[in-house]
Formats: sequence, structure tokens, C-alpha cells
Amino acid sequence: MSNALDNSMLTLVTIIPLVGALLLVLFPRRDRDIRMFALVVSLLDFVLSLHLPVHFQRVQVGFQYEVNHQWIFNPNIHYHMGVDGVSMWLVVLTTFLTPLCVLISWKSIHERVKEFFILLLILQTALIGVFVALDLFLFYFFWEATLVPMALLIGIYGHGRRVYAAVKFFLYTMVASMFMLAAILWLYAKTGSFDFVTIQAAIRNGQVENFSGAALWLFLGFFIAFAVKVPIFPFHTWLPDAHVEAPTAGSVLLAGVLLKMGTYGLFRFNLGLFPGQSRSNAWWVMVLALIGIVYGALVAMVQPNMKKLIAYSSISHLGFVVLGLFSFTQAGLDGATFVMLAHGVSTGGLFMLAGILYERRHTYEIAEFGGLASIMPAYATFFLFIVLASVGLPLLNGFIGEFLVLSGAFRDRAVYGILAATGVIWSACYLLWMYQRVFYGKVTHGINLSLPDLSGRERVALGPIAAVALLMGVAPLIWLNAIDPSIQAALAPFAQFASRMVGR
Amino acid sequence: MNNTSDIAQIIPQADDYIRILPEIVLAIFGMIIMVLDPLMDEHRSQKTLGALALVGAVAALVATLFQSQYPGLAFWNMVQVDSFSVFFHFLVAAVTAVVILGSYEYMAVQEIRAGEYYALVLFGALGMSLMSSAVELVLIFIALEISSISTYILAGFRRHAAISSESSVKYFLLGSFATAFFLYGVALMFGATGSTSIKIIGDALRSGHIPVLAYVAVAFMFVGLGFKVAAAPFHIWTPDVYEGAPSPVVGFMSTAPKAAVFAVLLRVMFEVDAPGRVGLIWVVAALSMTLGNLGALVQDNVKRLLAYSSIAHAGYLLVAYAALPNNGIPAAMFYTASYAAMNVGAFAVISHVAGQGERYVTIEDYEGLGRRSPLLAATLTIFLLSLIGIPITGGFFAKFYVFSAALQANLVGLVIIGVLNSGIASYYYLRIIVVMYMREAREDIALSRIPFALGTALIISVVATIYLGVLPGRVLDYAARTAAEWAR
Repeated sequence: MSNALDNSMLTLVTIIPLVGALLLVLFPRRDRDIRMFALVVSLLDFVLSLHLPVHFQRVQVGFQYEVNHQWIFNPNIHYHMGVDGVSMWLVVLTTFLTPLCVLISWKSIHERVKEFFILLLILQTALIGVFVALDLFLFYFFWEATLVPMALLIGIYGHGRRVYAAVKFFLYTMVASMFMLAAILWLYAKTGSFDFVTIQAAIRNGQVENFSGAALWLFLGFFIAFAVKVPIFPFHTWLPDAHVEAPTAGSVLLAGVLLKMGTYGLFRFNLGLFPGQSRSNAWWVMVLALIGIVYGALVAMVQPNMKKLIAYSSISHLGFVVLGLFSFTQAGLDGATFVMLAHGVSTGGLFMLAGILYERRHTYEIAEFGGLASIMPAYATFFLFIVLASVGLPLLNGFIGEFLVLSGAFRDRAVYGILAATGVIWSACYLLWMYQRVFYGKVTHGINLSLPDLSGRERVALGPIAAVALLMGVAPLIWLNAIDPSIQAALAPFAQFASRMVGR
Repeated sequence: MNNTSDIAQIIPQADDYIRILPEIVLAIFGMIIMVLDPLMDEHRSQKTLGALALVGAVAALVATLFQSQYPGLAFWNMVQVDSFSVFFHFLVAAVTAVVILGSYEYMAVQEIRAGEYYALVLFGALGMSLMSSAVELVLIFIALEISSISTYILAGFRRHAAISSESSVKYFLLGSFATAFFLYGVALMFGATGSTSIKIIGDALRSGHIPVLAYVAVAFMFVGLGFKVAAAPFHIWTPDVYEGAPSPVVGFMSTAPKAAVFAVLLRVMFEVDAPGRVGLIWVVAALSMTLGNLGALVQDNVKRLLAYSSIAHAGYLLVAYAALPNNGIPAAMFYTASYAAMNVGAFAVISHVAGQGERYVTIEDYEGLGRRSPLLAATLTIFLLSLIGIPITGGFFAKFYVFSAALQANLVGLVIIGVLNSGIASYYYLRIIVVMYMREAREDIALSRIPFALGTALIISVVATIYLGVLPGRVLDYAARTAAEWAR
């Protein structure tokens, strides 16, 4: 594990999109070349990132592909990166979705093309950085860095109320992450380090002054930043606005990856640094997650707007992730991680499909469609496939994760499992109902008769989504193999904690 | 033998002059410009005198570097060259150079006669430089006056605009009042400790018994200095003065004199070890951050908006003064440097967009700037992001150091107020960015190409802002060495 390629892999994967963006700045404004270049860069990054799972040591505990250099001496900030089974797959998810985003924006973005792809690539670097950073400072750095390109993507390339949505998105996340910054600074003031591993060890060994008094506030500081991002129930109002107004590629990355920054943060920092507080606050976090699952689903049911429906379905699905994380069971956390990945793939796919329809009709209103199955058969097939994946049909990706989460939640508290299980039913209702209204029945609007089916480029963009959804469903062990040991290691302090409670 | 050493004490040595070399350079160039101005015709004078002023500022920069080899006391212990003074000399000279570059085009567009303008900028810089190296309260007062009087006049330089004269008069009246407070504080401090030398005062106060008079003196001096840095509740003048004064001058007076006054404040607060420091600063910092940000939220004029923002930033900066010396001093120094970089840059952009007679200074005038002038919009965005405190800009690390210094002094309450304020602040900076990129371009506002001098000024500011945001280590280490020197 110590050859030069392994050591520089994370840096390469993180930095390539940024380098691509900087090169794009120098490009002449020939839109075709710019698109092509962005595609090549993002594909290159994807291929390189596959190195990570291929050479990942599945039995080894702890972080792999680590790099650790001093970046700034005072304060003691390190360029410390590394991945475990959870973050590695999130990195691959990001690099997998970005080329597809480039493809799906090929035609729909025709103004200020250069800036669009520059922002997209910068966003990719920031997203990957969030998942690989092991220095709290570096993490915060990337965390904030995702904000600006995403807000600009929504605000410049979005639809009608884009400015409102962009500002709302920016302010919600900005204000929330300030609390996290305060918590990070407190930890630094007490431990003299930003290093995740060092701080974790210091907390576990009880070397942090006044920790027991501050623990709850630190937990909440991190929690608020992540809860807004996920979003957990009362903090969710920015999400539907951002999604509806964002351009397709923005929605894909927002739902596919940005939301996972929140759940990943909960896993890595809230559970990783404050196991005691996570345990004692789990009951209300789980209640909020349940509310999110049911509320998101019910609101999705009544949405007349396709994109808003998918946005609310994200709130519901992300509720599963939070529920799984705070069940503190092996199955629950495995499942939560798997749902993160599966949701990234299938919801990314749904947003791409909605975007394809929007390109043709310039509306997301479900009522504007009907009977499309006969007009656009290939489109309808892809759509059905991904709806089924999202609903949780066995043998497709959604099923495994939700099943694991439910079994974990059930073991923790049966009533949580039962309530969450209704969420699976709800999701089948609203997605299939939407499918029925859009694709079956008579063609109600004459204009829809002339809609062209998928183009070759669109098929190329959707194909990988469908293939991965299937692969995740039939061979989940490819993913779980790497995830499981990391989860086990993460849960170790909870087992000790539980036994101490029993011992008392 | 005895006789010669007496004479040596009375007659300044060569080293003494080296230790005020940047001030000498600035004075000489300022005077040359004053003399040349009436001899030249109006059109030629603009370019030549501007170039001469630029040379003067750069020469002061070089003199500062040269001077840094000769640390020590000069002129009967009234001036002290140490890494602290070199830091602020460098900062003031650099800001002066950037401001002169930024004014180059502006003066022609606004049809302002250039001669005295450049001379006053250099004289102002002289006062500001001297403020950071003076270690004797009366000399500090004189330096403060040199700097203030220059800026009073500069604020009124748009003679055709009534608002500019109003700005100048308001600044002058309130400013003199504040200086009087400072002078009163100096007098009381003399009464309390029997000296006006910072070192002797510090020793006297540390030796044990602190007279009540010393508390009053510190409070008075703080009122005077607080006015100069626009800290609440002494901030009322700021928006009006900033609105009326010429934009490059605002860029100048919101950075260089502020940095110099903050330097004085560092000496008064830390080297003197001022009694009652933490409580006093706590209240003023919290007030400044909150009032500044709340005021900025409702502004439609960009200059007024940045005026309120500068009040808020004075508040963030003051947080460092409540911290412990070993990390409060470097944090404050770093903050002044990065604030100078971003603010002087922002005002350079504003002065170009403003156009003749400064007509375009409302937020609506920035609509679609992203299309009309992508470069100008991109640079302004960098400065605004830095003012918000987004990573990879100097503003981020500045806030970061200040807040972490405060946390190490267990000032959790103050940090929470600061953190919440940074959240609020992001809204009004963001408004400008939103307007620039997400609104349709206003065709009625013609925008000339970015002139070379302004371009250079912008590049310097952007590079400084990003440098401080990516590799803050060297500047911070330098600042930390100063703190270590003082502790000895």
C-alpha cells in the first residue's frame, strides 16, 4: 500500500477537475470544444478514481491511501486525506455522476457554456475534497468551497425563481456551517490539532479539557450544519426551491452528492467524535428522520411538479439514511451507506430524465403530459427502470439499502422499523402514480405527439445509471465488502459504550 | 570623553535617520510634488505627478525593507523599529501604491486637479507609517494628526459635489473631537504614571498598583482611537463620509489609516498592558459587529454598504484585542493585512464602475456586470467572497485566526456573536454578487475598458487576497515573531 501511485491517488482525483477548470479558463469560446474537454476531464477522473476500489484492502481497518503533509504551521493545519470504505464509494459516486452531468448538459446549456463547465468542475473538486479530507480544517475548507459554485450554477443557469433559490440555498448552508466552524475551533483550541484521528483519540482517552460540559454543544454545532445539508425535517425548506430552479446537472449533483455530504458528515463527525452524545440524542434525531420519511413522502404525493416530487422523495429517502445511522446497528449503518449510494444513482437518474423532458417541453408539470409511453418508448423504459430502482424493487439498488436500514431500525426499536417501513410503501405510491400519469392513458396534449425519443447522447448518459442500478441490486457485496469493515470499526466505541451502560 | 557622549545623545546619529527613512522618503516626494504642481499645466501634471507619487510609495517600500536591517530605538526612545513597525510600514506603503495606481484613471475621469491629491496621499502615508513606529504617546498623537488632516482634505476632493464637502466637514469636526479625546487620555496617562513613553507606562502599570486614573486614561484613548477605526458606538460618521468621499480615497482611508490606528491600539492595549482591556473590547467588538452588519443589510448604495461592512470588520478585528497577546497580536496583524488587500481592491473596482461624477454607485448599477465586464465582476466577486470569509481568500483565515485566538482565551460568547454575524453578513455581500451575475445587463451604463494602472492595482490586490488565503503561514509566522519579541 505504499507505492507512489497509491499515495498520490487521492490528490490526483481531487485536483484533476480543478486543473481542468483552470485550463478551461484559457480556452477560446468554442462551445463544442469546451463540452468535449469537460467530458474528457471528468471521464479521466472517473477512470482514475476506479483505482481506489480496485486496490482497496478490504480487510484492513482504518484509512487508506493516506497522505499527510503539513500545510500551514500555525495553526497546525495538515493536508491530510484518506478514505475508508464509506468515503471511498462516495468519491466514486461523485466521479461517476459528473461525466453524466456533462453529457446531460450538452444541449440544454447554450449560454455562457464556458462558465458552466468551469463551475461544474470546480464543484466536483470541492465535493471530492469533502469526502477525502481527514483534517477538520481541510474538511471545512472544501465544505464551504462547494457553496459558491453550486449557488452560481443555480443562480445563473436555473429557471424562473433561480435567484431566490440560489440565495436561500447559500444562506441556509452558510449560517448553519458557521456553527460547525465554531465547534471545530473549540476542538482546536482544546486539542491543538485539526487532525480527525488525533482529535478522535484525544476524546476517547479523555484528554480534552471540559469535554463533558461542551460535548452536547459540539454535537449540536456539527449536527446543525449537517442537518441542513441532508436535509433533516425542519431544515428542509431550501431543498425543493433549489431543486426546482436548478439546471439538470445542478440537480443531479445536488441530490446525488451534495446531500450526502450531510449524511457523511453525520457518520464521520457526529458518530465518530461524539459517540456518547450521539447515543443520548439518538431518540429525537430518529424521530425527526421518521417525520422526514413520512412527511417527505406525503408531500411528494401531492406535487403537481415532477421535479418537486423527486425533491421531496429525496427528503424521504435521506430520512432512511439518518434513521439507519442513528440505529447504531451494523445492518443499519451498512444500509444507510448503501442507500446513500443507491439514492445518488437512482435519483440522479430521475433528475436526468426529468431534465430530458424539460428540454423538449420546457415544463415539469405532470398534468402537461400523459400517454408518453407510446411516443417515447425508450425514454419510458429507462424511466420505469429507474422508478422501480428508486421504489426499492428487489434485485435493483434501492431494495438492499432500505431493507438493511429497516432491519437495523427494527432491532433498535421495533416501532421505528414499522413506521419507516410505511415509507417504502409511500414511495411506491407517489413514484408509480406519477409514472402512470405521465406515461399511460391517452395523449392529452397534442404538442406531446411530436416529442422525439431519446437521442444517442442521452442513451449514453442514462445507460450507465441503469447498469449500475442493476449491478448494485444483484451484487451488492462489491460495495458492502468494503463498507462493512469500516462500519464495524466505527461502531466499536458504541459497543463499549453499551457494555459500560450495562455494567453500571 | 563624557562630553562627546553627551553630544552624541543630543545630536541624532545616522542610525536614527535610517529608522525614520520611509517617512523621510515620503516627505521628500510629497514636497517635490507640491513644488512641481503649479509649474506644470493641468493635463501633463496628472500623469507625471501620479507616476512620481507611485515612485515615492515604492521608494518608501524599499526604504522599509532596508530599514528592517536596523532594528532598535531612535530619537531619544521616541521611535522604535522592530518587526512590528516594519510590518505596518510595508502595509501602508503597499496600500498607498495600490491607491495611487487606482486613482490614476479616476482623477482624469472626475476632472480633479491631481497635484495636491497625490501629495496629500503621501503625507497621509507618512503619518500612518510614523504611527506604527512611534513608541511615545505625544509623537503618536502628532503622527495621528498628520494622517488625519490629510484624509480630512482628501475626503472633500470632489469639489463639484456638495456631498463630498459635507463628508469632509463632517469627518473633520467629529475627527477633531475624537483626537481631543485621545489627547486627553494621553494627559491623564501622564498624570497616572508620570510618563508618555509606552515602555515606561507599561512597566509602571505592571509593577503592581494600578491607579484609577489609568483606567480613565485608557478609556479616553480608546474612544479617540475607536473613532478612527469606526468601531461602534463611535461609528456614526462612517457611512456619510464614505458615501461622499472620492472612491479611491475611501479605499485608502478604510485601510491604511485604520491599519495604523490598529497598530497604535495594539501598542496601547498589549505593550502597555492596558487595565480593563477585555471588558472594554468585548462590548465594543460585539456592538461593532452587530450594528455594522445590521446597518449594511438595508443599504442600496454600495459605498454605504461597504462603510457599514467596515464597521463590522473593525468589530471582528477588535475581537483579537480581547484575546491573549501571544495569539491575539498575530491574529490582529493578519486581519489588518488581509482586510487592506480586499477592501482597497473592492474600492478600486467601485471607483471604475462609478463613472464620471460617481453616478453609478447603487446596487442596481451593478446589474449584469458579469456580462458587461467579466473581469471586473470576477475580481469584485473575489473581494466580496473574501469579505464574507469564504476559503481560499485572505478574509477566511483572518476571521479564522481571530476567532480561534478568542476561543483560546475562553471568549466563547464573543465568538458566537462573531460567528452569527458572519452568517448575517454573507447576505448583503451576496446581494452584490447576485446582482452582478444573475440580472440582465444594464445597457445604459457605458463602461470603459480597464485601464492599465487600475488593472495593475487589481492584480496586486487579488494576488494578495488569494496568497493570504492559500499560504497564510509566512505572514502569520512573521506576525507571531512580533508577539514573541514583545513578550521578551
